[in-house]
Amino acid sequence: MSVGIYIHHALKKYGDVTIIPDLSLSIANGELFTLLGPSGCGKTTLLRMIAGFNSIEGGDFFFNDRRINDIDPGKRNIGMVFQNYAIFPHLSVRKNVAFGLKNRKMPKEQIRKETDTFLKLVKIDEYADRMPERLSGGQQQRVALARALVIRPDVLLMDEPLSNLDAKLRVEMRTVIKNIQKNVGITTVYVTHDQEEAMAISDRIAVMNAGVIQHVGRPKDIYQRPANLFVATFIGKSNILKGQVLRDDSGYKVNFADDYEVSVPAIDPARARIGEALLSVRPEELLLMPTGYTGPGIRATIDDSVFLGLNTHYFVTLDSGEEAEIIQESQIDSILPPGSKIKLTVNTDKFNVFGVDDETSMMQGICNEVKAFEEEAVRK
Amino acid sequence: MTRSRKRVDLWTWIGIALLCLFLLFFIYPCVRLMWEAFYTQEDGFTMKSFVKFFSKSYYYSTILNSFKVSAAVMVLCLLIGIPFSYFFTFYKLKGRRVLFVLSLLCTMSAPFIGAYSWIMLLGRSGVITKFVESTFGLKIGSIYGFNGILLVLSLKLFPLVMIYMNGAFQDIDNSLMEASANLGCTGVRRFIKVVMGLTVPTILAAALIVFMRAFADFGTPAIIGEGFKTFPVLIYDSFLSEVGADYNFASAVSVLAILLTGIVFLLQKFATSRFTFTINSLHPIEKKKPKGIAGFLMHAYCYILIAVAILPQIYIVVDSFRDYKGQVAQSTYSLSNYQNAVRKLLGRSITNTLVISTAALAVIIIIAVLIAYLVVRRSSALSHTVDTISMLPYIMPGAVIGISLIIAFSGRYFSLIGTMTIMVIALAIRRMPYTSRSATATMMQIPISTEEASISLGASKLKTFAVITIPQMSSGIISGAILSFVSIVTEMSSGIFLYNNRTITLTLSTYTNISLGSYGTASAFATITTLVTVACMVLYLLFTRGSERMSV
Repeated sequence: MSVGIYIHHALKKYGDVTIIPDLSLSIANGELFTLLGPSGCGKTTLLRMIAGFNSIEGGDFFFNDRRINDIDPGKRNIGMVFQNYAIFPHLSVRKNVAFGLKNRKMPKEQIRKETDTFLKLVKIDEYADRMPERLSGGQQQRVALARALVIRPDVLLMDEPLSNLDAKLRVEMRTVIKNIQKNVGITTVYVTHDQEEAMAISDRIAVMNAGVIQHVGRPKDIYQRPANLFVATFIGKSNILKGQVLRDDSGYKVNFADDYEVSVPAIDPARARIGEALLSVRPEELLLMPTGYTGPGIRATIDDSVFLGLNTHYFVTLDSGEEAEIIQESQIDSILPPGSKIKLTVNTDKFNVFGVDDETSMMQGICNEVKAFEEEAVRK
Repeated sequence: MTRSRKRVDLWTWIGIALLCLFLLFFIYPCVRLMWEAFYTQEDGFTMKSFVKFFSKSYYYSTILNSFKVSAAVMVLCLLIGIPFSYFFTFYKLKGRRVLFVLSLLCTMSAPFIGAYSWIMLLGRSGVITKFVESTFGLKIGSIYGFNGILLVLSLKLFPLVMIYMNGAFQDIDNSLMEASANLGCTGVRRFIKVVMGLTVPTILAAALIVFMRAFADFGTPAIIGEGFKTFPVLIYDSFLSEVGADYNFASAVSVLAILLTGIVFLLQKFATSRFTFTINSLHPIEKKKPKGIAGFLMHAYCYILIAVAILPQIYIVVDSFRDYKGQVAQSTYSLSNYQNAVRKLLGRSITNTLVISTAALAVIIIIAVLIAYLVVRRSSALSHTVDTISMLPYIMPGAVIGISLIIAFSGRYFSLIGTMTIMVIALAIRRMPYTSRSATATMMQIPISTEEASISLGASKLKTFAVITIPQMSSGIISGAILSFVSIVTEMSSGIFLYNNRTITLTLSTYTNISLGSYGTASAFATITTLVTVACMVLYLLFTRGSERMSV
């Protein structure tokens, strides 16, 4: 039976070093929830606190209404998939998968039945009697998944499960994991540093940095309306440009360079700060204007270009001296050579504006549930 | 708020239990040894024994002799062992399996058997000596003393260098060799600059183990040393002298010996610390086919070396079937030596050897596995203390361990003298550092996540250790255990102080028969010891499926 996971004010210390100062989180029953962040941000630490392999220095961890802080790892009813799979090398595939069931003193007949079911589910049944050393990385991954799921855990924890696979297999396996997770319908916490993998697989993502959750939301929310500058730069690619936020009768405006000013209705009056700001413009949100365009725009010079088939990337220097990357759908005519003078405009619906001092977003429509948890935690 | 408590679990108690064992059976005897060196009944605290030692060159020359001969053995072993290993690893020699197995056999045999056999071959009335004299009218130089020890120990210990170097050479990435050729450095220059450079840490490690083994060896200098006395022989003489045992003096010499080996050990550690690097070996060396005259010379070198090294073993076997009249060998062959051996406790020697060695091995394995787990998984001050103590016997010659146990456990109320227990303890302590090291190395290879997976899947800690951890360690442990068994069977330097008629073993029987002049009988005992060794080697090779990597 799957459960929801609720974490209130988690604290993790190693000696005097605080890894996670104060973290609260709610993970809904049945969802695939990803902890995403650069290495050392505390995501694996948090996962191992849930699993019971790391001590908890403060706060409360709940599976539904059962507090698990002091429950032994083996009694939390967790399925775990490790980065190196942790397949027992001296046991056959079948014995690996059956290991957890044997510890539960299940009758032999039933163990066999359950094991077969899950070996089939992960499509590894034909290798049941092989030893692990004779399996490929992807196959070992499937064994690890079957072994974690066969005990019908309340929660599935996955610690960078795809990082040891090659690029092609990674893409294949993440689809496998997502489908199996949906089939079984189990609450899953997934740790990765690969933002593309996180976007592809997750129902919701928590972006972490330095032990603090920066943004929790659906992949789309996080990509399009990041809560702060860190999230904007960590998820996908962003050009960070300096600019000004202005306000007149018609609403908020953003000034990029001396003669390029756009009106930005998406700025939230409650968060807006007039004056200097940081503008996060993704490469596809910078529009390269055709030659002969005389309207307002940012003047720039092309330094270099990379043709990647579907898209062409241009690396440019703005007249302000800032560097930027542009992604444009490849055109049939020739690629602009280095040194070309160009003009850029900006997709005003999409780009984001952040405060200079606290680097938080000024935009409307940010779906960030971090605050909501904190409020909920206070109520409890 | 929940605070994490430092939990006192089963492993803490195991750590404490191990510490107590070491304190009782190793540290306490060492302390008693030191006490004995500085304290006598008549004079109280005194430096008398040390003064006595340094006042006569007869005494202090023993340490110098030991040092000289060990250093010479070390250099010679490196000089002959490194090229041997190089040819072996870099070229497809014909019959390389045979070479490998025979060289293992040389190094695994009891050391003094070589000395005894070389005397029969090259000694004053040796077979070869007489043959050369009668045919060519030439005199062969004396085999006794420094030269003899050097010959015997070098031929016995150079395979250790080979074993160490094989591992290091196999770890060299082929692309480094190619890169060096690409940069214009090939041939001998490449061997010296690149190959040797990359293996310096291993060369140092091999040098240390050869030095320690040569330094601690008692049997060889006792048999072939004659006037050239080394310090284990001095300890033995002063301890078991007919004029009355001088425990204080023997202890003082022991303390000095430990000091010296300790200094050598630290120097080696210091030297090694300056050569730390790791090689990422993705492309192992591809063996070349040796060609032309160079190929012929390589084969000649390896085969002649092994033939000379194995010669004493073969001679002993032949000799064991030869009839003896008193000390004079006859030209007829029979089983009479074996019949004599049976009368001289052969049955008891075999039983004792197997019982004592098996018991010692069991103790060693259990303790080594527990230490490995403590050090790798339960890193704490306690674990590291136990680990460090378990390593200390590495620098202690067997003779020193032998007499420290006698001093400690010959009390009026609690005496272990003359029991099998004390022999088991001595052997366990002697061999502990090697097994503990390799068990720890094996343990480090096991990813902790398999244990976490097991616990997460509901297995208890104890069950995880038994079902997940130990099976993963087992292949490393078993291969190490077989080698340990061999070295326990052939070990003598501590046992010589501890045995009596009831606890005599095969090697000790061999040695007593040599010293009594019953040469044929001694050969029979030696042959049976060799048989046990060969049986273990076969087992080892079957188990490791002929892998050329091993730890000794």
